[in-house]
Amino acid sequence: MPEQAHEITLVVNGTLRRAEVPGRRLLSDCLRHDLGLTGTHVGCEHGVCGCCTVLLDGEPVRSCLTFAVTVDGREITTVEGLADGERMSPVQRAFAECHGLQCGFCTPGFLCTVTALLRENPAPTEEEVLEGISGNLCRCTGYQNIVKAVHRAAEIMAEES
Amino acid sequence: MTTKLFGEPVQRREDPRLLTGRGRYLDDLGPDALAAAFVRSPHAHALIRDIDVSAALDVDGLVAIYTWEDLPDRLAEPLPLLIPHPALTHGRTAYPLARERVRHVGEPVVMVVARDRYLAEDACALIRVDYELLKPVVGVEEAAQSAQLVHDDVPGNVGAHLVQEVASADGRGAREVIESAPHTLAFRLDVERSASMPLEGRGVHARWDADDSSLRVYSSTQTSTSVRMAVAAKLGLPLPKVEVVAPDVGGGFGVKIMHPWPEEVLVPWAAMLLGREVKWTEDRREHFVSSAHERAQVQFVRVGFDGGGRVLGLEVTILHDHGAYTPYGIIVPIITSTQLPGPYRIGSYRVEFSSIYTNTVQVTPYRGAGRPQAVFCMERTMDRIAAHLGLDRTAVRAANFIQPDEFPYDQGLIFQDGRPLIYDSGDYPESLRMLKELIGWDAFPEAKAEAAREGRRIGIGIGCYVEGTGVGPYEGGHVQITSDGRVHVSTGLTSQGQGHETSFAQIAAAELGVPLERVSVVTGDTRRFGYAVGTFASRAAVMSGNAIALACRKVREKALRIAADALEADPRDLEITDGVVHVAGSPHASVPLATVAVLSNPLRYAFDEEAVRATQFAGGSSFDRPPVEEGQEPGLEGRDYYSPIRSTFASGMHAAIVETDPLTAEIRILRYAVVHDCGNLINPMIVEGQIHGGVAQGVGGALYERMVYDSHGQLLNASFMDFLMPYATEVPRVETAHLQTPSPLNPLGIKGAGEAGVIPVSAVIASAIEDAEGIPIDRMPISPSDLFGLRRAAS
Ligand code: FES
Ligand code: FES
Repeated sequence: MPEQAHEITLVVNGTLRRAEVPGRRLLSDCLRHDLGLTGTHVGCEHGVCGCCTVLLDGEPVRSCLTFAVTVDGREITTVEGLADGERMSPVQRAFAECHGLQCGFCTPGFLCTVTALLRENPAPTEEEVLEGISGNLCRCTGYQNIVKAVHRAAEIMAEES
Repeated sequence: MTTKLFGEPVQRREDPRLLTGRGRYLDDLGPDALAAAFVRSPHAHALIRDIDVSAALDVDGLVAIYTWEDLPDRLAEPLPLLIPHPALTHGRTAYPLARERVRHVGEPVVMVVARDRYLAEDACALIRVDYELLKPVVGVEEAAQSAQLVHDDVPGNVGAHLVQEVASADGRGAREVIESAPHTLAFRLDVERSASMPLEGRGVHARWDADDSSLRVYSSTQTSTSVRMAVAAKLGLPLPKVEVVAPDVGGGFGVKIMHPWPEEVLVPWAAMLLGREVKWTEDRREHFVSSAHERAQVQFVRVGFDGGGRVLGLEVTILHDHGAYTPYGIIVPIITSTQLPGPYRIGSYRVEFSSIYTNTVQVTPYRGAGRPQAVFCMERTMDRIAAHLGLDRTAVRAANFIQPDEFPYDQGLIFQDGRPLIYDSGDYPESLRMLKELIGWDAFPEAKAEAAREGRRIGIGIGCYVEGTGVGPYEGGHVQITSDGRVHVSTGLTSQGQGHETSFAQIAAAELGVPLERVSVVTGDTRRFGYAVGTFASRAAVMSGNAIALACRKVREKALRIAADALEADPRDLEITDGVVHVAGSPHASVPLATVAVLSNPLRYAFDEEAVRATQFAGGSSFDRPPVEEGQEPGLEGRDYYSPIRSTFASGMHAAIVETDPLTAEIRILRYAVVHDCGNLINPMIVEGQIHGGVAQGVGGALYERMVYDSHGQLLNASFMDFLMPYATEVPRVETAHLQTPSPLNPLGIKGAGEAGVIPVSAVIASAIEDAEGIPIDRMPISPSDLFGLRRAAS
């Protein structure tokens, strides 16, 4: 028997999007496969790695632990929505400058997490940075340059504000 | 070279794409593809009595169900044994789908194809497989003694047995030397299983074009060329009809050099049969139980040495757990046994390993590939000698170092490439000096005493290694300059985050004298370059880097010859600056490479303004010579290969200071220092990044990561919740210093860097904990509760 589909409406990266999804569809799959926004990655599907982090009404959430139907009507920002047109956001630029990514698979999750972190706390201490990214796994970088990139992003934001 | 690009920390060219969500990883491809999912064995060892698919047939969106019985011809045979070796007398590989018997939890039994992954998994859940349970063989020592066999025709569960022996200068074997040595020690060491664990699992996408009978396969692999050959052979397709592309790959670390995985042949086969795109994306649990693991070894060591700590004789016997199958041969234990002597001149060395079957996931290389175990063994031995003699640990190492004037140094062993293991260059005493200075080795006892007065326990540790990098047989590069002045570089090996698009572009830009922005690099796409081996063994920069440099030199020579004609100059007087060929010292007599590219290809038809210059009535060509001269080809392009006579040997030394909590036995790394020598650096920023990442994986292996199998062969911690990979909070800041002893073996003087960071970490952390605690540390990883147990046992 075909599954029952639910129509949902999301505002993704500022654009109104509609999708027909079964109740069990994960938000990560909905973004990636129904809406074609494949920048959000899935590294574990059980809420530990943080690769799938997106901003839900500005707050970081794990899209692999969220059913798409439960966020009907809400606002979502994915990695595709962080840049200002062609100009990358301060966080994105800082990651490039500090070599904060290698394979890039964990990166969208870090970028969303860090974007929210710096909005809350524009000048975090070393401890606060570590704490802030301690829910995201990266298997490539050893985190050192990610930490550096967070501080650098804070600096760029301060310079540009 | 006109532009200083080689050796600069140039920002990565792949980053803008990856930072904005425009990377293309495997699961991002084929939005309309059918999805494959697998029924995998829940048992470690069992016979398959029956497979009943009837309940699954009603699942909406189901397209097909396949078992071993459905597989045709060569697909029904076992998967290839990739690296045969005379000592691997009992190599065994799996069938793409299990035939009659399963030998580890996670082995694929049934493939389901459906409209999407959810539905495919629904169908999998409804398929009933009736198993007859067999006694599982778990644990390498148990397996070596067990009457129960993983493969009925492999007696004693021994897949391979190999002895290598290097006699002393006076011709005596290690055992004899040890017997008569002034001091001897004997002990046992244990290293547990870990795994590459890239954040992107494996994945395959295949598209069959029935109109021209061709197949395009995307795989998250470290070797697209070899997957291509395997797919063509397994499916009986002509090689030119198969193309394999590695898209953006979310980390590999070794697990993706293994191939063809069952899914890499099954998914393309299904795509051909069904005439539809088919995709399979591995989930994390699948990765834990069906992709490869590594590391697990038990080592028995006997060493004889003199009063100065010089190793006169060393004998190591290794039990290596290779899991249920040996598709990758015995590369890992070969590397352990041959890289074990490290930077030392060992009087006489005997190493013996048995590679043993168990009912667990197969073992294939994970970053470091047997070296972390080797270094753990050698460095624990050095520390034991120092403790026995009451000498400083660095002094014992220094007493054994191969000296800078002894290169090339022949260790007398046969390496993983089947060639003599001869170190090309290095400077170990200098490396040690730099490390001691960086970490403050000599001042540490004071700090330790000071800490002790405050009731704190700290310890310092050290580990040295030599790493054979850039193994052959070869890699190639192709460079083409098109009439718009752009430079297109391709090489067959793949990328998994190492920044090849950047470092290879740096090499090409420097060799050709063109701006970096004009160079683009493609890797791992057989449509662009068909001959390659793959990315593993820290070989990409050495192999493809040099091949690309050589190809650039060919193109440069051709460009200068054509430009010399056009400028009526001697090619020897020409230089290329910013993409313009000009007479040295006279920038006005010049011709842009774009024009040279036009002139290189004599045309009949003009396709744009610039092309007019190369057409047949444009003049400029001599009537006495053919438009394309003998031995020449049209186009400004070149291809070349780099094939070294043997590996080049990078080296390094790490030191750490750790603190152990006197009450809770928690272990904290306070400082971590690395001195690293990979010859000439192409991009120091990228090399540092590789080291950081390697150290982090090493810390995981030293303190957190283990694959916990129970006696039934169930992997108890097959999730990120339970398999503890380090987060930012667990990894120390890494302090690095570079020593550069160029390799004399290759034109660019480079050595590999990819694995360096991970190799000595377990040895270093063990050394530091031992120093802090005064208790011998002989197994890794070590958790607070392990340390707590050791304290109990010691008191
Ligand atoms: S994929 Fe969501 S946390 Fe790992
Ligand atoms: S950059 Fe590869 S996992 Fe973080």
